Amino acid sequence: MALSLDTRPATRWAATPSSGELACLSLVGAVIFFGGWQLIAMSGLVSQYVLPSPLAVLEQIYQLEAEPFAGFLLHQHLLSSLERFLLGFLLAAALGIPLGLIMGRYRLLDEIVTPLFEAYRYVAPLAWVPFAALWFGTGIGGPVMVIFTGAFAPCVVNAYRGAQFVERYLIEAAQTLGASNLRIMREVLLPGALPSIVAGLRVSAGLGWQSLIGAELIVVSSGLGYVMVQGQSNLAPDIVMSAMLVIGVVGLCIDVALRAAERWLSRRWGRV
Amino acid sequence: MSRIRFENVSKLFPRGNAAIAALEDVSFEVEDQEFVTIVGPSGCGKTTLMRMVAGLETPTLGSVLVGDRPVRGPGPDRAVVFQQFALFPWKTVGENIAFGLRSKRVPRRKQVELVAHYLKLMKLEGTEDSYPHQLSGGMQQRVAIARSYAIEPEVLLMDEPFGALDAQTRTIMQEELIRITAANPRTVLFITHSVEEAVYLADRIVVLSRHPGRVREIIAVNAARERDGWAARAIEEVMETPSFTHLRAQVWKLLREQIGGVNE
Repeated sequence: MALSLDTRPATRWAATPSSGELACLSLVGAVIFFGGWQLIAMSGLVSQYVLPSPLAVLEQIYQLEAEPFAGFLLHQHLLSSLERFLLGFLLAAALGIPLGLIMGRYRLLDEIVTPLFEAYRYVAPLAWVPFAALWFGTGIGGPVMVIFTGAFAPCVVNAYRGAQFVERYLIEAAQTLGASNLRIMREVLLPGALPSIVAGLRVSAGLGWQSLIGAELIVVSSGLGYVMVQGQSNLAPDIVMSAMLVIGVVGLCIDVALRAAERWLSRRWGRV
Repeated sequence: MSRIRFENVSKLFPRGNAAIAALEDVSFEVEDQEFVTIVGPSGCGKTTLMRMVAGLETPTLGSVLVGDRPVRGPGPDRAVVFQQFALFPWKTVGENIAFGLRSKRVPRRKQVELVAHYLKLMKLEGTEDSYPHQLSGGMQQRVAIARSYAIEPEVLLMDEPFGALDAQTRTIMQEELIRITAANPRTVLFITHSVEEAVYLADRIVVLSRHPGRVREIIAVNAARERDGWAARAIEEVMETPSFTHLRAQVWKLLREQIGGVNE
């Protein structure tokens, strides 16, 4: 009987960790990862040409910002990558979200588009690189198209699913209140599907950002992907890794921003 | 003129390879500014009937006329109050009420006036900037009724509007509806499966049978209401008047035939 009364250990483990504790955990993970990496690099077991140490990479990032590499400073490369990314991503959202909403609303279009779309979805964005270069050149057009092909599908799919989950009586209420189809799209389907759309944008941003780097490996003469290719041909793995680190951190920032948007939405409307 | 007329209306729904008749040869009229309730066992097609007036459904045979014109699609001359309230969760109470006004291109200043007027009529003052989820169920349905009234429709269609509310709130809303329709008469078609509600609210009750849905009987309530002065009394008093109990028994008897009761 005394045993069954003592529930403290159970409650301690069941308690959800606070956000401070969670941040500590994330920090611990990063310290272990980078510390381990540094130790392996310092041990001399692997050559610095195979695995540059994190400190060497940080040093290299500083160098890349101090003097131009492959024609530009690091932040200029980053900006040109971001510019392409934003263009392609916004284009994908601007076309994909309305298309998804319309597909969710009109059965006929759904039947016409869905099979084509499902096939398209399985073609990797990088497979479009040759055509992107052929159709839109290697300036801004080609890379933007590659990002677009990566970012488009999640925009469509999530807007479509979101629209299907909008309660039918809300659409009917809008109809009986005399709303036009355009207005139903804008004021009922879009906000109703928004939680799903934002989740799709997160996936879409991730895929778009990945596709961009892929495109830059092949077709352009600036950007983070280009830095990696040039680093590789200069036999400078620390440069390649610097670019990788920047790509990862920027990707993380994009995701954090979109997650914040997601939370703001759910707070505002009290539902997701 | 906003009379509703059902002319030999039938509705078939496909079920596999067959078709099931939800409504068969339904004909009746709702006079201008009359309050008609429709009762019937579940599956008698009463909601389908209302949806056809709203333009959300089309009859398979026959025609539905509003103001002597056949219904073609939904429109703001026929407002609907849904059982699930159907408020837009991402719009404030004020924006919800103004939704239909914007479709009708009512000038901004007039919109503000109308919203304020209907907030007051529905006793919703002070909730204008709240979101629907911050209100109780009863308050949400008040907003939905205000939204329908604000577009000043000729016809008001109500599909079990109080079905999702608790018993007390429901009673209060029934009294409110009497008060509001007395002050702002409309042609009302009100669907319910509560016999008390049907008798208390109606000028006339249409009792439907099921499988398929047909008009079983139309019962006039108006004379009893006038004679016993229901409008001036509290709902619990009305329910004890002999005229009310008599009508209630009459409707129950008709319904019991449908659902198969003690006498079978």
